[in-house]
Amino acid sequence: MRSFGPVLVVLGVILAIWYAAAVLMNAQWERDQASRAGAVIGWAEILPATLRQERPVLPAPHQVAAEFWALTWGEEVSGRRGIVRSGSLSNRGLVLHAWVTLSATMLGFVIGAGFGILLAVGIVHNRAMDASVMPWAIASQTIPIVAIAPMIIVVLNSIGVSGLVPKAIIAAYLSFFPVVVGMVKGLRSPDAMQLDLLRTYNATALQGLWKLRLPAAMPFLFASLKVGVAASFVGTIVAELPLGGAGLGTRLLAGSYYGQTIQIWATLVMASLLAAAMVAVVGGIQARVLTRMGMR
Amino acid sequence: MSRTASGTADITRRASDFLFGLDGLIALIAGALVVLAWDWRVTVLLALWLGAWLVNNGLSRLGGRWRMRLVPVIFGLTILALWEMTVTMFAVPSVILPGPLAIAARFASSLDVLWADFVQTFVKGALSGYAMGCGAAVLTAIAVDRSAFLQRGLLPVGNFVAALPVVGIAPILVMWFGFDWQSKAAVVVVMVFFPVLVNTVAGLQASDRMQRDLMATYSASYAQALFKLRLPAAMPFIFNGLKIATTLAMIGAIVAEFFGSPTQGMGFRISTEVGRLGLDMVWAEIAVAAIAGSAFYGVVAVIERRVTFWHPSQRR
Repeated sequence: MRSFGPVLVVLGVILAIWYAAAVLMNAQWERDQASRAGAVIGWAEILPATLRQERPVLPAPHQVAAEFWALTWGEEVSGRRGIVRSGSLSNRGLVLHAWVTLSATMLGFVIGAGFGILLAVGIVHNRAMDASVMPWAIASQTIPIVAIAPMIIVVLNSIGVSGLVPKAIIAAYLSFFPVVVGMVKGLRSPDAMQLDLLRTYNATALQGLWKLRLPAAMPFLFASLKVGVAASFVGTIVAELPLGGAGLGTRLLAGSYYGQTIQIWATLVMASLLAAAMVAVVGGIQARVLTRMGMR
Repeated sequence: MSRTASGTADITRRASDFLFGLDGLIALIAGALVVLAWDWRVTVLLALWLGAWLVNNGLSRLGGRWRMRLVPVIFGLTILALWEMTVTMFAVPSVILPGPLAIAARFASSLDVLWADFVQTFVKGALSGYAMGCGAAVLTAIAVDRSAFLQRGLLPVGNFVAALPVVGIAPILVMWFGFDWQSKAAVVVVMVFFPVLVNTVAGLQASDRMQRDLMATYSASYAQALFKLRLPAAMPFIFNGLKIATTLAMIGAIVAEFFGSPTQGMGFRISTEVGRLGLDMVWAEIAVAAIAGSAFYGVVAVIERRVTFWHPSQRR
């Protein structure tokens, strides 16, 4: 809580810079309009006008907030296609797109994290697997997955797999690596003394995994799950770019085609809120689990 | 009675050791081999996999530096061989998955196009953005470091932004800076800035009290303390950020091209060739991206080893 004041000040400064930049970047358009109309305008007219343009170069924060509200609450409650009037989420509003992206992210995250944990268990228990898989797992991360994303989607579409699954595969690919690295570290974190104790108990490899290694790996697991969930969200958004249909990524692309800057920013706000919420949920589970296990 | 109980425990122990040990894996694969043997092609693939696995297993049991280096190479070659054999034996159409040989042929025959795309995306977009973004982040971190108030305010914000899907800013920056490499570099700057900033700020606090006191007893100026103690001590953290940023730079430069680009560039080529079903070209482009990405990371890692040779993690 000590940092509450400083954070507020920093956020205030960012807002101020944002407003100043909005005025400066949008001013040129107002001047052009005025000179086309044959008038000369001063800053007194430019200043308010720059903050309420329809397609500004940089929308002011309050415009983004208003658009966000209109596309979520306003669209669903009073819009013709909103959930109140039509019974289903509006495809013009952000809620539907956010839900599509979120569900693909969740599916991909679960696949990626599960696969990552299994791979880590294999790597820790088997020397040949450690030596052969680990270097490739690291190398695979230097390949920009986004380069492969459009192709995976087109190929999967051509063999009849569409909908959530292609996006989830890309999300899974991005989230499995942090989990593998974190879990390998975590499963190896019990020290020699603890491993020796289990050996004196004549414990099996399975018992050692279940009663010592997995519990010891929990803090590492959650730290890497937080990174993984953010990564799989980015993966889903990128995967949606070539897809069309619904989703926040598609929405960004549509906004950029039609020059709807305020709408792009509102979509970005939605994406940021979702990302923050997912990291917060994982953090909440982490706090509860670690407290129950007596680790904090 | 007690003998049977210990006998059962012994059997379960052996069973679980068996499953987790390597013999279990081999047995599982052999079992799958028998089960799936209705098709000779599957059998051939499984047999190849099993053979490579046995070789790797033997090598890693023997140990030794060169043998351990050979293991991942064999693994990679096996995957490539399996890929090629699957494509040939099952006659997979090249619009779904071309084989490695076809991709290599395509790679060799269109070197000029690939080189132009590489220069456009990697040299102009990613590298310039990487240099600007990382430079700005390190300078900002040094500036922030002088004020505890700014640190307390900026670090939570920076950590928060580092978790956000920053790629989403690409369409906006493409609108602002046009279709050419400037907009790609701008996306890269925004993407690499916060991870490097957060790591550098953490690194600048890494020198301990005793060392800073020593500097004070020498009556070192702020600049002297910064360049002789705190920056060198921060290097492991800074390089951690720089290594994360290499991947982010590649991602940023390629994604930004999906929102508009001149008629060359890796992202542009991938999205157009996918549309034309020229998948061998797409894979050749992916190979370029993989080589460039790995080399980029490798170069930064080598520089790290040179700069932070004193750090425990660099000992061999």
